[in-house]
Amino acid sequence: MSQLETATHSETLKRVVIEPLTRVEGHGKVTLLLDEDNHVHQARLHIVEFRGFEKFIQGRPYWEIPVLVQRLCGICPVSHHLAAAKAVDMLAGARQLTPTADNLRRLLHLGQILQSHALHFFHLSSPDLLFGINDAVAHRNIIGVIADHPDLGLQGIRLRKYGQEVIRIISGKRVHGTASLPGGMNKPLSLQHRALLLADIDQIITWSKGAVDLIKKVYLTNTDFHQRFGLIQSNMLSLVTTDGAMDLYHGGLRAKSANGKTIFDHIDYCHYHQYIHEEVKPWSYMKFPFIVSQGNEVGWYRVGPLARINNCDYITTPLAEIERQEFRAHANGGLVQASLAYHWARMIEMLYAAERIREILLDPVSTGTDIVAQGEEKSLEGIGVIEAPRGTLIHHYLVNDSGTIEKANLIVSTTNNNQAMNESIRQVAVEYLDGQTLTEGLLNHIEVAVRAYDPCLSCATHALGKMPLSVELVNHKGKLVDCLIKSSTGEITK
Amino acid sequence: MQLEEQTITIDGQKIPFQSGQTIMDAALAAKIYIPHLCYHPEFKPHGSCRLCTVMVNGRYESACTMPSVAGQEILNNTKELNENRRALTQMLFVEGNHICPGCPKTGNCQLQAVAYYVGMLSSHYQHFYPYRDLDPSHPDYVVDFNRCILCELCVRASRDVDKKNIFAISGRGIKAHLIINSPSGKLEDTDFAVGDKAAFVCPVGAILRKRTRYTTPIGERLYDKQSIRIVGDSQQLHAGATKYGRK
Ligand code: SF4
Ligand code: FES
Repeated sequence: MSQLETATHSETLKRVVIEPLTRVEGHGKVTLLLDEDNHVHQARLHIVEFRGFEKFIQGRPYWEIPVLVQRLCGICPVSHHLAAAKAVDMLAGARQLTPTADNLRRLLHLGQILQSHALHFFHLSSPDLLFGINDAVAHRNIIGVIADHPDLGLQGIRLRKYGQEVIRIISGKRVHGTASLPGGMNKPLSLQHRALLLADIDQIITWSKGAVDLIKKVYLTNTDFHQRFGLIQSNMLSLVTTDGAMDLYHGGLRAKSANGKTIFDHIDYCHYHQYIHEEVKPWSYMKFPFIVSQGNEVGWYRVGPLARINNCDYITTPLAEIERQEFRAHANGGLVQASLAYHWARMIEMLYAAERIREILLDPVSTGTDIVAQGEEKSLEGIGVIEAPRGTLIHHYLVNDSGTIEKANLIVSTTNNNQAMNESIRQVAVEYLDGQTLTEGLLNHIEVAVRAYDPCLSCATHALGKMPLSVELVNHKGKLVDCLIKSSTGEITK
Repeated sequence: MQLEEQTITIDGQKIPFQSGQTIMDAALAAKIYIPHLCYHPEFKPHGSCRLCTVMVNGRYESACTMPSVAGQEILNNTKELNENRRALTQMLFVEGNHICPGCPKTGNCQLQAVAYYVGMLSSHYQHFYPYRDLDPSHPDYVVDFNRCILCELCVRASRDVDKKNIFAISGRGIKAHLIINSPSGKLEDTDFAVGDKAAFVCPVGAILRKRTRYTTPIGERLYDKQSIRIVGDSQQLHAGATKYGRK
């Protein structure tokens, strides 16, 4: 257990709760325990997760699942759709897709990566990165970005829109469409749609490259701060192809330790449960996954852009590969561990997604019409793993003979990062909050650390990045001593 | 001597009918849409959903059971009647568990299409959220009781066409529910088969073929392009067919 996870004499400490006031979908809160002199003794991030879904889908026919589970989330429904689709391919005995269907699924996924990464970077994180963590609340948001850097704001919107357009074309709707069937897809890519997407792709690649340049510049102008902020040493987990390339749709599992050594490699994800277990802690609804061989104390890991760019041996697209090399050069042979480097890695991935979209569109196979593979033998167990925008996403289903779900296990990206996010906020709490009188700017440090991971919480993605918070200071007798409220308009009241 | 053509008038439009035809039959023959869910031209009318209620010479009547009589003055597409239909549709939605986003029949479902037609934007009434099961026991078909609207089309098809009498409605009023006539109450213990008429008549997603789902892309589903007023009933279509994939 890490330092600051559990204080020794919690009864003598003040409790600070950072909690969003809106309770839509998932939400997170941070609790801090402070002593009389505001020294931090305990810091925890609690996330109310959607475990209900695993129960809810029990008894449902498996072929409904890919469309049903996308409702888990309005933020990355495509990832759930595809992870479930891969599991269902297995159930239907049709794991080997036709080349066209494989391309179309990848295209859909890349559209999701592009729109999600663009949303996160431009709308949610760029205000902190461009204006600084202590910038005035009223200005530290996407409106402020558009006012100060109109081109940038517009590019963010257009990049996101392009990703959504890819999703709409493949799945019929921008959000919650239908696309995958057991063993394939339900619609080929028409030549007109292909032409429509090709028309803008060069611009999208240029803007994505610009976004990498921007984040790199921001990161490197204040290198020391960016490297130290929320810095933790962690293992990293992601999918890679058989020759070690980054792949977001399919591959084997690779885990590296904090010093860059390989823990396991090219593991068939169907055996994930032999390598990853989940620990339950009494204070959190969300489980804490860890690598079995390392044990629960130190076996936790990070997933998502940072892990993927660190873990892979190379990226298949030329521009993103150049960026990867430069990124990795900052690690002196090890792994880049800075939490804020997530933003940089995320933009390299966005560039990769844009380049890959062009490759797939130019591949004549993509407009083929052979899009459904026939299943052969059936399985009663289906496992689908995908690299969602936020990291490795695992869907695991057991069905009975009549084809309905007996049991489901979903390990979502944000769960994979649970311990790491906790570690990061502890680091930030000690470094910036310890012994200080709390201010909104200081509390925003906590949010910035959480936001680096782009967790899938409605609070982290709340309208225009203004997370509504109430912070209460309660003394050890439970009496409220201080209270700070930030409304969603950014107004602070005592 | 030539017989004078018999006519009725619907919303001011004179249409012919043949003796023995109900108002619904005559209207559909004249391409006039009267919203309906439990009516099917091949079966004896049942008159249970009340969606087809029209005003005949100043009185409420169900068009699917009311015989056409020369000279009838009928109001169909009026604000008031459509508002009643909307309320009925909302009640159907709250009484069962109709989760359209997760239902393979979405886009091809007659209940959903009627809801669009009558301009239903919300459920309005409080949901019952009844606890209902699913019967996946049959190798080729699933019966999802959550989606049943008690139209009795499967009951009529199985009894009158298939001569198997597999489905029935049990209980009354709010307790009415679909049952399967077998010792275990399961579909696997009946002789229900893929070619049965009862396998094709369900207007919603309550009786569905197993395994092939969401095969028709969004934009190409039955009610994606045109309203049910023009397209007609969903039974013509069996979910699972696609121009690209397998059946
Ligand atoms: S199962 Fe379908 S056809 Fe049978 S009564 Fe219910 S809704 Fe009507
Ligand atoms: S269609 Fe006439 S009552 Fe149902």
